[in-house]
Amino acid sequence: MAQKNIAGHTVDVDAEGYLTRPEQWNRAIAEALAQELNLQLTDAHWKVIEFLQSDYRERGTVPGMRRLNKVGGFATKDLYALFPDGPIKKAALIAGLPKPASCV
Amino acid sequence: MKELLILGAGTAGTIMANKLRGCLPAAEWRIRVVDEAADHFYQPGFLFLPFGLYTDRDVVRPRSRFLPRGVEFVQAAVDRIEPDRRRVRLADGLELPYDVLLIATGTRPVPGQVEGMTNGDWRRRVHEFYTFEGARALQASLRDWRGGRLVVHVSEMPIKCPVAPLEFAFLADWWLTTQGLRDKTELVYVTPLSGAFTKPIASQVLSGLLDRKRIRVVTDFAVARVDNERHALVSWDERDVPYDLLVTVPPNLGADMIERSGLGDEMNYVPTERHTLRARGHENIFVIGDAADVPTSKAGSVAHFEAEVLTENVLAHICGEPLSERFDGHANCFIESGFGKGFLLDFNYQLEPVPGRFPFPRLGPLALLGESRLNHWGKLAFKWIYWHVLLRGWPIPFVDHRMSLAGKQIPAGALKAEMAG
Repeated sequence: MAQKNIAGHTVDVDAEGYLTRPEQWNRAIAEALAQELNLQLTDAHWKVIEFLQSDYRERGTVPGMRRLNKVGGFATKDLYALFPDGPIKKAALIAGLPKPASCV
Repeated sequence: MKELLILGAGTAGTIMANKLRGCLPAAEWRIRVVDEAADHFYQPGFLFLPFGLYTDRDVVRPRSRFLPRGVEFVQAAVDRIEPDRRRVRLADGLELPYDVLLIATGTRPVPGQVEGMTNGDWRRRVHEFYTFEGARALQASLRDWRGGRLVVHVSEMPIKCPVAPLEFAFLADWWLTTQGLRDKTELVYVTPLSGAFTKPIASQVLSGLLDRKRIRVVTDFAVARVDNERHALVSWDERDVPYDLLVTVPPNLGADMIERSGLGDEMNYVPTERHTLRARGHENIFVIGDAADVPTSKAGSVAHFEAEVLTENVLAHICGEPLSERFDGHANCFIESGFGKGFLLDFNYQLEPVPGRFPFPRLGPLALLGESRLNHWGKLAFKWIYWHVLLRGWPIPFVDHRMSLAGKQIPAGALKAEMAG
């Protein structure tokens, strides 16, 4: 298990940089992880991150695009504007959640 | 008279009707099965239709022929389930009461979910092979194929039979070769996943195979629209994949009726306890096959294994006993790889597909996650087994609903801890 120093904290991460212990996450770490992806977090980003976290707490998995659309109320186009290329992967990484497993 | 009601007469619903009629006394329990359509399709055969390997007669039979005596078939569309009243309302207003309800309404491709997919190119240059009409329309287009860019595409996951689009690509490579068109055709496989398949070990093996067959792979492609003017798939991150012929797997959704009933998740699948197969929060409702949200493949083999578990659990529920039989997520899938060969995958909630032998350790005779001619013959033989053994609800010799670890080469760390719930 690799460790990483970020925003003055030491966190456990997997090979792709996803936090493996969600309890180590905080907002400063999120800001720093976002910066590594060349993203400046705005309120709109935070809404997505907070939805991912609350949905993950409730269901134990990172929600997919349809759930973000239908339950979260986020349009796919907007998500790609906020987190270019891979919105769920990037938002999950910043939110301190595991890499979304695209299922079965 | 008590009522056992089954919604859906596909693979799962038909097997359950057969199994339960054999267990429940006819004097006490009426069994009714509701389905909108009169025909039963052998869906694995849809893969072979486009290449002319199967004809219509191989894949379609009347549903009623596979339901046993003592089971009523109600040909009707369902408006909604009303769990609080323990009733199902049909589209024509008729109401069917139930003591126990089995939901087996499956999943289906919904091409209208992708912008432009059903526009001018639909059924001309843009095809799907998950419906009878679709597979036949594709057959006609392939007959006229003289070369160009053939794109095989998966819109999003999960889909029914997740190996089928790969099989289509492998068979297309073989078929084009036999027609002398392979060198005139660029074959491209476009997937929303980061690799060829959902499971890492199998994905690696199958990626190697795509490579060897000169099939170009485009990964992480989240489709935004089909551009009918330029004949191209366009992703949300503005990548283009042009096509002369597009064979797509549209987004899959559960039945609209599930949504109207307020019983589904965002894809209209019913939240289901993954080991007992009871609908979460509904004592008298059980879910089987593609309609359930359990984390295993949406496939006929899964429905078959689930049926063995569900029969025990429905009987236990009726007797007021705890639901003791447990489903482990077992799936067993043949993969046609072209040129008379095939692969076999065997996996469950805990273990992804790994190499080995099946069903007997060392002896096989089938190879797991390895290519062999016998696997191909196994796939062809399965059609007969499906119509004559599986739908009747009979067990398949030596293949248990609990996946066996014997005969499997399990890499360190591949076996996951058992799931809760």
